[in-house]
Amino acid sequence: MANTDTTNMTPQIAGTYDETIFEEETLGDRIFGTINRNKLLVGGLALMLAVVLFAVVGSAVIDPERAEVGFAKAEKEVADGSIQLRDAPRLRPSGEYWLGSDQFGRDVFAYVAFGTLGTLWMGFIAGVIGIGIGTLLGFMGGYFGGWIDAVVVVLSDALITIPGLMLLITISAYLDQLTVEQLGILIGVISWMGTTRVVRAQVLTLKNRTYVEVSKFNGQGDLEIVLTELVPNLAPFIAAAFVGAVAGAILLSIGLSALGLGPQNEPSLGLMAFWFIRFGAVPQGMWWWFGPPILVIAVFIVGLFMVTAGLDQIANPRLRTSV
Amino acid sequence: MTVDYVLRRLGMFVLIIFVAGTLNFAIPRLRPTNPVEERMNQLLQQAGGVHIANVEQMIERYEERFGLKNPLWLQYANYWIALSRLDFGQSIAYFPADVTKEVRRAMPWTLGLVGVTTVMAAVIGSFFGAWLGWTRTPIAISFVVPLLLIVTAVPFYLLGLLMLWMFTVFWPILPGGGAHDPLIAPALDLRTVLDIVKHAILPAGAIILSSIGFWGLGMRGMMVTTMGDDFIKLAEFKGLKERRIFVRYAVRNALLPQVTGLAINLGFVVSGSVLVEVLFAYPGIGNLLYTAITSNDYFLIQGVLMYVIFAVGLMLFVVDMIYPLIDPRIRYRSA
Repeated sequence: MANTDTTNMTPQIAGTYDETIFEEETLGDRIFGTINRNKLLVGGLALMLAVVLFAVVGSAVIDPERAEVGFAKAEKEVADGSIQLRDAPRLRPSGEYWLGSDQFGRDVFAYVAFGTLGTLWMGFIAGVIGIGIGTLLGFMGGYFGGWIDAVVVVLSDALITIPGLMLLITISAYLDQLTVEQLGILIGVISWMGTTRVVRAQVLTLKNRTYVEVSKFNGQGDLEIVLTELVPNLAPFIAAAFVGAVAGAILLSIGLSALGLGPQNEPSLGLMAFWFIRFGAVPQGMWWWFGPPILVIAVFIVGLFMVTAGLDQIANPRLRTSV
Repeated sequence: MTVDYVLRRLGMFVLIIFVAGTLNFAIPRLRPTNPVEERMNQLLQQAGGVHIANVEQMIERYEERFGLKNPLWLQYANYWIALSRLDFGQSIAYFPADVTKEVRRAMPWTLGLVGVTTVMAAVIGSFFGAWLGWTRTPIAISFVVPLLLIVTAVPFYLLGLLMLWMFTVFWPILPGGGAHDPLIAPALDLRTVLDIVKHAILPAGAIILSSIGFWGLGMRGMMVTTMGDDFIKLAEFKGLKERRIFVRYAVRNALLPQVTGLAINLGFVVSGSVLVEVLFAYPGIGNLLYTAITSNDYFLIQGVLMYVIFAVGLMLFVVDMIYPLIDPRIRYRSA
């Protein structure tokens, strides 16, 4: 997974050497240096960007009516020879409908574009909230220690074992109709534990470094130290955690929506999954209905994985030299 | 020291149950109106005289059990007393069946499916990852790792859906749902067992395929780190056979964190299996939960969730207990 580009290895021996001598590289140097070598990060970002572009451009360009029920029409011959409209137009992919239509006449290509946008937006909200809570608690626990730390650790240890999907099912079984934004907030609120653990562990190792001591002697306050000394050093970890949180939120939301508990009035990939499971796209062999959303999810998550792995290499230079 | 560790872990287990139970108690009560009462009234309206006695009986049972007029703390205390007796009340959808009975009927299928697939995925994935970490051939890494990434990236249920399409529609060789052929009388003979295995192939395959990547990639990472350790170099300098270094030195050490992985993965597999079971109409806990949700059967939902969380918490506790035994390097301090 790490450096697979063995072709570039030989001329870079000097570079690796420099790195071990001058440990005081700036973060910028590290990021740019790694991107040059880090095809994983660049490739992952490209995959993710492709999905985001598809969603944003697609939903800006495509007529929203195409994603509505009853847009695609199919004709059928009735017994007496006349032509009527069919109730369930299951159109195969064609020039007009690139990915065919579902059973209810929604243009699949159009719906996937709108649905992807909804799902990404939800994942983004959940990621921001999860990272916000997670980082805050992680900093508080790691930096202040004592009983604050104990509470943070116990809380995150206990909550991390409760399966997120189960918790989400319980909550949403009792809630009225959710919106995409509300679901994002809900997922963010229940999935901060991973971030808290990572940030707390890093703060614990950083807070006793000499430069933090120096700042303390210089009379900087806690908040100032956290913001100017700790946060910049933790940025790659937080970024990696954010990427992971977005991916987790998207998968959670799709799982929840596939059970019929997600937002029902706004397009999302999860709602699409609910429909194609509920209305038997598989027994009907309508691969153009269930295939595209699965592909979009797979591409996006693979991209996220690659970005996480790439960010890990920035955050943890040891990984860069490993096989 | 050891006693302290066991107590701490035990405390964590109790805390998990406490948090989950309290959430289970609190969430329905956060609504201004009681969802169960709403559901009952709804049933009462729907019931055209035939089931009306049943519904009234349910409401009576419900009032008696929850005493909604009691102060909140008393309700809470009664709730825990009932829970400690594993009394989750009676199912609304299957009234007057006990929730506990329903859960117990579904549990063996899920335990069988999730248990077997988790162990298989862990074993296959770990050795696959060990091989990937060992071979320095770039071909293996540049082809297999991306493939593993892709398979892992597709969630269980969506992978299951693709497999369902592949093996029941595109190339119909496997049954598309259920856990056994309803026409075969259940008996402990080879035919029944083969039938059950045949029905389990698709759901199990979906879970195994999508979790192999998790195990494989984790194991590979550990192998790479372990291979850089000094004791491997020493073993190489000593002229030990490659096979011996691989099995006794590298794999053995890299395998340890995978046990923690098992703990982390467990809840994930259980949640994922809910959707897999729904997809394949497998009569386990997941399907039961789905039925409960679609029929607004709140008692059944609560019961299933408490059982699942209890099971996951218990297994985590067991893993925590086993871990220090197999990894002598780790000392647990109370710090």
